Amino acid sequence: MSNTEEVPDVLRAEGIVKQFGSVVALRGVSMHLKKGEVLGIVGDNGAGKSTLMKILTGFHKPTEGKLYLEGEEIELKSVSHAQSLGIQAVYQDLALANDMTVYENMFLNKEITHKFPRFLNKREMKKKTRQYLEDIGVNIPSIDEPIARLSGGQRQAIAVARAVYSANTKILLLDEPLAAMGAKEATMIMDLIQRLREDGEISIIMVDHNYAHIFGICDRVNLIQHGEITYDKPTAETSMEELTDLVVEEYRRARAS
Amino acid sequence: MTTGNAAGRQESAGGLLHGARRLLVQREVGIFVIAAILFLYFQFANSGFWTQSNLTTLSQTVAPYVIMAVGLVMVMILGEIDLSVGSTFGFAPIVMWLAYADLRLILPIAVAIGLLACAAVGLINGVVHVYFRVPSFVVTLGTFFLLGGLNVILLNGFPQNAPGGTVRQWLGSYPYSEIVWAFILLVLMHLLLRHTRWGMHTFATGGNLLGAREAGIRVNRIRVVNFMIAAALAGFAGILESMRVGSIDPLAGGANTMFLAISAAVIGGTPLAGGVGTMIGAFLGSIVLAELRQGFTLLGVSANTFDVILGVAILILMIFNIYLGTVRERGGFGGFLQARRKGST
Repeated sequence: MSNTEEVPDVLRAEGIVKQFGSVVALRGVSMHLKKGEVLGIVGDNGAGKSTLMKILTGFHKPTEGKLYLEGEEIELKSVSHAQSLGIQAVYQDLALANDMTVYENMFLNKEITHKFPRFLNKREMKKKTRQYLEDIGVNIPSIDEPIARLSGGQRQAIAVARAVYSANTKILLLDEPLAAMGAKEATMIMDLIQRLREDGEISIIMVDHNYAHIFGICDRVNLIQHGEITYDKPTAETSMEELTDLVVEEYRRARAS
Repeated sequence: MTTGNAAGRQESAGGLLHGARRLLVQREVGIFVIAAILFLYFQFANSGFWTQSNLTTLSQTVAPYVIMAVGLVMVMILGEIDLSVGSTFGFAPIVMWLAYADLRLILPIAVAIGLLACAAVGLINGVVHVYFRVPSFVVTLGTFFLLGGLNVILLNGFPQNAPGGTVRQWLGSYPYSEIVWAFILLVLMHLLLRHTRWGMHTFATGGNLLGAREAGIRVNRIRVVNFMIAAALAGFAGILESMRVGSIDPLAGGANTMFLAISAAVIGGTPLAGGVGTMIGAFLGSIVLAELRQGFTLLGVSANTFDVILGVAILILMIFNIYLGTVRERGGFGGFLQARRKGST
């Protein structure tokens, strides 16, 4: 996918600056995402990964800079607005409500209703939830249970499924999607991302600390340091060692000075 | 063969326990049992309990608490509290009376104005809480005192006679009109909470504010409007009560009414923690409170003793309810059912 230069950008950010009061979280981030591509973003804690993700989802408004969706400049007014444009996200904290059931969480803010009166169509939501979970291959005993009773991995799977199976998803943003997962569950989600990648319909940005995940699945990798993207290469042209060296070298330099 | 039979027996025992567990999962069951036991107890202790006149009084005691409590549930699911309902309860009939007597408007419009005034109070509560980030306890404590004083000023401290006519009968002076309103509002609020997107978003906002926001839910709108709902319903309860009693009282409502309404919601299984709550529970909680009050009055318990008993009853009921809640969280008594459930899937 990544080697075809003609593939258009589905998402492009130019000179994104984000300040929280006097703290500068992002100082001019420019990046792009091609259609069908899986882009990995790595970087230290506090480098600005999550802030960047939250700008792309409409949660935060950038202080400066421009966003382009499929070549057109957009201003994301809210998370709902971004969702309506096909940008879906799985946040680091998963955005699940513990006391609500599996299916209620799966359709949070995307509830299916009857035509009139506009009551919830619970039967349809449950049916689809079962289908989605089966699709991913995650085993959840009962979708009528509150999320609180599930394991970290199961909850993560639900958050991922929720974002992936939205009707119009064009861009999927995953903020450390494998963080709380065991090896088996992580493989399950990796397989799902792999399948989406092969379909080529959905473009994905994935933030992850684990380079093995990044190199296992991403077409391209960006390194973000101190609120700037300092490195951008296809994964085929770089290696875990090179990336590690870059980060460690930066750390050493910072210590030496 | 024998193993097959044993497995079958186990299956049915599991089915029974599973059924019991399903029942426990319903938050309202515990409080329903309590309401039923209290009813039986008072009926045994005093044969006057199950009589037309007492049931009428009971329904009239229950109704205002139900209406206030179902409104409060919307706010309490958010993890917030509205103390000002004690004063909006008195404010609505006063505004209504002023619109009726001074502005010479017809009664239905005067009632609507009273309710709108309460909704405006809820709007202020919600906006100050959400946008100025003042804890809801503090905001509504402020509006509670503010309106309490305003109520007295607006009527110059004197009660007024409630307007008469058919509308008044519909609104409370028929013996059963209050409880009918309470049922209608209970059903509507239950539908709102359990069967609409608004209800789901209320649960999500109360359970995980940041998460709900990240999911794109407009949490500020949810929070402000729920404060408006709570205030308007408290006002409506106040209007019904003033119509039933036949007088617009500047001192109607107050702290006692407010705390009893909150107790009804809490006893019914809506803790103040947020993310959880039920309308049917609030209804049953109101019944329990009314039964206690009515039952002990019939038994001739003095007012002071009554408060002690009520306090003890609330504590015991709460402990019992929270214990049931823990059982529910664990998914069964002592994890036994949990193990069985895992085995069955």
